[in-house]
Amino acid sequence: MVDLSVNLAGVTLKNPIIPASGTFGYGREYAGLYDLNILGSFSWKGTTKEARLGNPQPRIAEAPAGMLNAVGLQNPGIDAVIAEEVPNIAGIFHGPVIANVGGFTLEEYAENCRKLDNVEQAAILEVNISCPNVHAGGKNFGCDPRAAAEVTRAVRAATKKPVFMKLTPNVADITEIARACAGEGADGLCLINTLLGMRIDLNTRRPVIANRTGGLSGPAVLPVALRMVWDVYEAVKLPIIGCGGVDSAETAVEMMLAGASAVEVGAANLRNPYACKEIIEDLPAVCGRLGVTHISKLTGGAHL
Amino acid sequence: MKKSVFTIKGIRPLAAGTYELSLAGDASAVTAPGQFVNLELPGKFLRRPISICDWGENSLLLLVKEAGAGTRELAMMSPGTKLDVLSGLGNGFDLSRIGKSPVLAGGGIGVAPLYGLARRMIECGTPPAAVVLGFRSGAESFYTDEFAALGCPVFISTEDGSLGTAGFVTDLIRDLPDCTYVLSCGPLPMLKAVHSLPQLRGGQFSFEARMGCGFGACMGCSVPVKGGCKRICKDGPVLFWEEIVW
Repeated sequence: MVDLSVNLAGVTLKNPIIPASGTFGYGREYAGLYDLNILGSFSWKGTTKEARLGNPQPRIAEAPAGMLNAVGLQNPGIDAVIAEEVPNIAGIFHGPVIANVGGFTLEEYAENCRKLDNVEQAAILEVNISCPNVHAGGKNFGCDPRAAAEVTRAVRAATKKPVFMKLTPNVADITEIARACAGEGADGLCLINTLLGMRIDLNTRRPVIANRTGGLSGPAVLPVALRMVWDVYEAVKLPIIGCGGVDSAETAVEMMLAGASAVEVGAANLRNPYACKEIIEDLPAVCGRLGVTHISKLTGGAHL
Repeated sequence: MKKSVFTIKGIRPLAAGTYELSLAGDASAVTAPGQFVNLELPGKFLRRPISICDWGENSLLLLVKEAGAGTRELAMMSPGTKLDVLSGLGNGFDLSRIGKSPVLAGGGIGVAPLYGLARRMIECGTPPAAVVLGFRSGAESFYTDEFAALGCPVFISTEDGSLGTAGFVTDLIRDLPDCTYVLSCGPLPMLKAVHSLPQLRGGQFSFEARMGCGFGACMGCSVPVKGGCKRICKDGPVLFWEEIVW
């Protein structure tokens, strides 16, 4: 019997597997496919103050071992999410939810977190300072250590809940951003968001994605995510949610060995809607092969 | 929606770059004409959404146009090849809301879902008043005989005039003055032209989109409609005449 439970800043998850924000909506579509209560948690769709329609079509493109998306933070807005999605989540998932929060100003980030402070299911606030698909959006905060520190300070003051900052890989040195967030009281970090990329249609000779660029995700980014989780694990003493290219129990374990306390699974859900369920079912056997009785012991296990 | 394995039974070329794919497997998740499947292809990350041309309890018929590497490689697969399929996706056409003397209007590969639709309409005792099919040329036309074999009055237009009437499906619909309701699938410019015909009082239009998931989770194919937005994969692919914005 393998103990799959992990701890994220005081929040216990029954296992380390978390569907990543933007690939799981607010849980509705997957609740019809399997019992969501098998999940460690799920990170809901990035939610902003106002409702957003997102970017023009097309927003999706194929990539070698992955995909590009430029959805553009389409969401119903924080008030509608609290009024309509949170009560629905209560009926489909009884564990701790990770509430992903977007924003365009310091005030908006703080206000969104304040509104979630009384939402019981929202156990962890995951603050997205890294969306590559909105102009003048979260990306700017995540690319500059001072701005990342300011957002962290603002949300830290707005909520009693654990705050995890979600970091972008589109920077020269991610450890600099990680240290800035740690210095302002972040309880944890989630990395990585998507890598900025593009595709060009040979027939039209134009970018496939209407927004020109999109975020790359899928197995293609796994080695980048592993390297960044490794570096951040060495740089700061905060729990890390590792995210990027995980599509199997083996790659989830790899992410934990690099330094992650829990693992988000994103693009894999879109290709195989049962991806998280299958990974959770496979984890005990993979841990068993490694001789591990408590999966949490794997975190950082690849570091000397 | 159901995730299951289908086996390729046969691939029949229909016209240049277009083929008919017969699959065997559990098709119980398919409930309406106009729904689609999402096929996992080797070496491709994203699944490929393909509309359902026709189906039985344990079979699927798909018409595929080669649009890129994925659909080209699919055309080369041998009978016996197994495919991972998400089936029964999307809303499909709503037979209960079809208006009087409905006309089916298809363009190019968009004729595919209209075949299964015509069959179900005939089974329900409300056959289409006419089927109008538009192609670039006669050489690129297909399934005209199959529609005729159902007993439907079939009218054909080609852009170069090499088969049927020279012009577009909109020209054919204009010549059917009693037609006030269409069920349509085809390229975006065609849908837009059909939608704007002044004689129409209603209709159902099936849209194509680049999709991330195909089951409503990623918001990759969301488009604005009157009063909000809809996901082509989950709330569509069929949208109603009165809700469409261009």
